Amino acid sequence: MPGTSHTRNPFTQVETPAVGVSVEHLTKDFGRLKVLKDVSFAVQPGEILVLMGPSGSGKSVLLKHIVGLELPTAGRVTVDGHDAASEVTRERVRMALVFQSGALFNSLSVYDNLALYLREHRLADEAGIRQKVMHALKILSLEGTAKKLPADLSGGMKKRVAIARALVMEPQLMLYDEPTSELDPVMSATISEIIASLREEYHVTTIVVSHDRDLALNIADRVGILMDGKLIFLGPPSELKQPKDPIVADFLTPKIDLQHPRFKQLET
Amino acid sequence: MKQITAILEGFGSTLQLLIRSIGYAGTLPRQWGRFIEQCYMIGYTTLPIVAILSFFIGSVLALQAGYSMQNFGTQQFIGSLVGLSMARELGPVMVAILVAGRVGSAIAAELASMKVYQEVDALVTMNIPPARMLVMPRLAASLVMVPVLALIGDLVGWFGGAIVSKYTAIISIEPEAYFAVLRHYTHFDDVMNGLVKAEIFGFVVVLVCCNIGLNTRGGPREIGASVTRAVVVSLILILVLDYFVTQILT
Repeated sequence: MPGTSHTRNPFTQVETPAVGVSVEHLTKDFGRLKVLKDVSFAVQPGEILVLMGPSGSGKSVLLKHIVGLELPTAGRVTVDGHDAASEVTRERVRMALVFQSGALFNSLSVYDNLALYLREHRLADEAGIRQKVMHALKILSLEGTAKKLPADLSGGMKKRVAIARALVMEPQLMLYDEPTSELDPVMSATISEIIASLREEYHVTTIVVSHDRDLALNIADRVGILMDGKLIFLGPPSELKQPKDPIVADFLTPKIDLQHPRFKQLET
Repeated sequence: MKQITAILEGFGSTLQLLIRSIGYAGTLPRQWGRFIEQCYMIGYTTLPIVAILSFFIGSVLALQAGYSMQNFGTQQFIGSLVGLSMARELGPVMVAILVAGRVGSAIAAELASMKVYQEVDALVTMNIPPARMLVMPRLAASLVMVPVLALIGDLVGWFGGAIVSKYTAIISIEPEAYFAVLRHYTHFDDVMNGLVKAEIFGFVVVLVCCNIGLNTRGGPREIGASVTRAVVVSLILILVLDYFVTQILT
């Protein structure tokens, strides 16, 4: 549903403008290592963009630039027209990043993990916070986990708690870093459904970094493929069903060749 | 050259963290729970080891001084030696070293772990400044609790000296006489100087350990390296600062 102009608050149903993201000629070096090389694209308000690519291709680093955790070596990243790294942007635009590891606060219970943002920004009284937290837990089918510590949760539960924590922030822009990694196929499908339904119901602009081909083909409005720091493909998922570029085709449907294994070719 | 750059970077980032944390001092009333928790961590949990070490430092000081002073027949002045040494030097330095080893290492480990496991990044994306939530309550708690620890250390050290002075045959000074000399030669200013030193040392230790923890990069191995670095830097700073603060206060 790209182009939807408003994000609906899942708790109050109040609509606020959805935000767009623009990445212009983004380059990032870590010392001599060039991680991102002149990457440019734009994400429309309310769109789901799935970024794919091999491990180490710079996907997570790109996500960190969008949320302002990394500064570009060259180029510019803007969210709703404002510099992504600026503190003002974080105050104006509600952005949430679901980390690959979950990044839950290990010393806090699930309830307190979700309540932290609301308490720190004094967005509701304790009764209001309770209502919002329990609602978010219910959306993610996590009602029984409120008192548990993150260490007591399974991998899938941690991912869902991380999504619930992001949801409590009522974000206009939601970023997911490998939301289905290390999950079984059913849980992966469930997470994909959650991401899609959050966009459908609340029109949140969404960027997902993932290796999950099924997720990309089923929920993305557009898919980008990063390879060695460069964006080599950006288009609708339908174009990925029969990709013209052999590199893209090999990445999406790698053939297992026991006669000529890849690692042997790399050695030579 | 690389090490000098690293030292300057460390100094710069510590200063930045200090300025940012001071800027959030106004949020302390609504972080009361965290402040009390840190007071408990810095003060209450460190108190037993401070008491034990202070008692034995006071005792050893009296014992060593007793052996030397009895040669000159001046053992009645042991109270002044123990009193002044504990109040002006040993009390604050020892408490600061204990805070570095027990509290500073725990702070560095906790914040380094939060950094490595992206909890600090999560705070930043939630627009919750780590300096406000993680550093400022710890600094405020150190300002309150470290002088209290130093004062208790002084009192327990004096008491340890009194016990040894009474029950060691070659000294044999009654507590009344010991404390009378101690009171005569140890003034309020001496105790206050020690408490000011403890305040400065404790604040610097907590600040440095917070900064090293928050600047940890890498994996679990770096958490251990950060803890070691935090304690070593703290110990060096305590002794270097001790010289300059003593110069200023005397």
